[in-house]
Amino acid sequence: MTEGRTDTASVVERTRRHPAEAVVVAAHFLGDTAVFVLGEDALLMARGEDRRRVSVHGGAILAAAADGRRVLTGGDDGKVAATDAAGVSATLATDGKHRWIDQVAIGPDGAVAWSAGKQVFVRLAKGEERVCEMPSTVGALAFAPKGLRLAIAHYNGASLWFLNAAKAEPERLEWKGSHLAVTFSPDGRFLITAMQEPTLHGWRLADRHDLRMQGYAARVRSLDWSADGKWLATSGSSQLVLWPFQSKTGPMGKSPRMLAPADATLEVVACHPKEPVVAGGYANGLILLARIDDGAEILARKPAEAPVTALAWNESGTLLAFGTEDGDAGVVDLA
Amino acid sequence: MADKVPVTVLTGYLGAGKTTLLNRILSEPHGQKYAVIVNEFGEIGIDNELVVGADEEIFEMNNGCICCTVRGDLVRIIDGLMRRRGKFDAIIVETTGLADPAPVAQTFFVDETVGRKTRLDAVVTVADAKWLLDRLKDAPEAKNQVAFADVIIINKTDLVSSDELAEVEARIRGINPYAKVHRTVRCALPLPEVLGRRAFDLDRILDIEPDFLEAGDHDHDHHHHDHGHDHEHDHHHHHGDGHAHAHQHGGLKHYHDEEMQSVSLRTDRPLDPEKFFPWVQTLVQKEGPNILRCKGILSFKDDPQRFVFQGVHMILDGDHQREWGSDEPRASRIVFIGRKLPEENIRAGFEDCVA
Repeated sequence: MTEGRTDTASVVERTRRHPAEAVVVAAHFLGDTAVFVLGEDALLMARGEDRRRVSVHGGAILAAAADGRRVLTGGDDGKVAATDAAGVSATLATDGKHRWIDQVAIGPDGAVAWSAGKQVFVRLAKGEERVCEMPSTVGALAFAPKGLRLAIAHYNGASLWFLNAAKAEPERLEWKGSHLAVTFSPDGRFLITAMQEPTLHGWRLADRHDLRMQGYAARVRSLDWSADGKWLATSGSSQLVLWPFQSKTGPMGKSPRMLAPADATLEVVACHPKEPVVAGGYANGLILLARIDDGAEILARKPAEAPVTALAWNESGTLLAFGTEDGDAGVVDLA
Repeated sequence: MADKVPVTVLTGYLGAGKTTLLNRILSEPHGQKYAVIVNEFGEIGIDNELVVGADEEIFEMNNGCICCTVRGDLVRIIDGLMRRRGKFDAIIVETTGLADPAPVAQTFFVDETVGRKTRLDAVVTVADAKWLLDRLKDAPEAKNQVAFADVIIINKTDLVSSDELAEVEARIRGINPYAKVHRTVRCALPLPEVLGRRAFDLDRILDIEPDFLEAGDHDHDHHHHDHGHDHEHDHHHHHGDGHAHAHQHGGLKHYHDEEMQSVSLRTDRPLDPEKFFPWVQTLVQKEGPNILRCKGILSFKDDPQRFVFQGVHMILDGDHQREWGSDEPRASRIVFIGRKLPEENIRAGFEDCVA
């Protein structure tokens, strides 16, 4: 497949490499500064030619999230840290029992959330803190687009926590199995989880109607919504699987669109922030940009040794940051 | 890709000596670093920054396999640990005394990330020489742990007589004749007997023979030879399934546990893969909840290579291993260890797979 792609347009030569020398577990942008979250201790921050390491945890970094102003990280040192574009890092919280901080999330209004085991903590923008206990260890956290609700994935379903009501118990959405990733559709109508099995589950929140999106070869680790909110891009197959969410019923009864087939499993997806374009990173190191409308492809990284583990666009969509399991990282300049 | 990190699962009923063994592993000067996943903090006397508390959260996979349970917390913890991959050489998972080893083992076959980065090395069960016989009667967990094990350490042997010890060992053999059994005081044994066993490695399935007792391990002279056939009944059972029969043949007692036993199959005639695979797959689908472990070396018709397989409940893993040696008897051997296995059906089904 990759052999037959030699005539594909390529932006490979527009890559500035930033060797990370450690597994890259996530990437984010703060303005035009690419932030590579390393598996252990530090963030690698790169802007143009400049790069530096910022130590944020004393141990493994287990989770990361960003809102364009700061990167929030959770570590096995029991700390929740926030780091800004200047590389200034602040510890927002330290778990009393030094438990692993498994998940973190940032809301659109500056609220932050994290979890340690079954406990979920939220600190609202005004500083008020809330805690609630889930029936099992938390698999993922996501704020709703309007920031009033926090979705919490766990065993046998997900919970919706309404943060404006001080005493409200989270509402349960039930579906048997282990839910390990969670995302709201940009219009807030659907909640989608990725499960331990190679399948997605979803709920139409208005009526709790269940959605099942199946057919994957591997566990779906990466989910992202297209800029217009019409498509959910997913990993877990040897091609980019896009579920249609244009209509009121979402993908019910519809087949996904499939683009950018390759010889390896797609590991991570990142939708362009403005255009109907998706970046996909594969297990063989390949990175492709695929246009949703016609499937046109652009090669952004040639296949190499290790899987691509992180992809992120800057806000204007001119820079694409990537990281790999064997510590390669870089920024592709598409301007 | 670097080698997979080996994972040893340490089981054993409450108080048998798991923590003693763990402390021994962590403190002996072997130059290896271990990450340890424990169920309770505070018991380990050794400083180790890579000790992680686990919740033993088990869930069922939605794959139509009712016995396919997985330790979700292990998926998460191993994923986290692997971010510090350079910091340790191996992982040890200590389970609670009441834990079933199967969900732990299945996690390594079911989760592709865990399976890609780590490999299950062996299930090691520590048994209390003084109390194991009682636990086999009243605690199904204890019997599961013995049946599931690759290595069984009979610990606290100083607290029992040699006759009692022989009895304990015979009962273990009646449930699981294939595990490597050691007798220890305070879990003192060479660590290579516990770690780096590669018990789930298809390449290491060399032979399937019961682990016979080594000479000198047993003092045959002290047995009574005048009971040619000893038939014992155990009257302390709770569900009517705690029976055990003992037969004494020339000094060595052979027990048959009525609930948990092994079925060993052998044929010198080549098998037909077209018959064998449907048969074994149907068998583990149907009997999967009762089959704890299985292992096989197979000789297929017109196939110059040995085929090996192993399984945990309904999950089977198999591959061609190597060419048969020119002087090697091309026999097929399979063993199932499980609960109330329909032995006659299994034997008949296996016979039908002959080419």
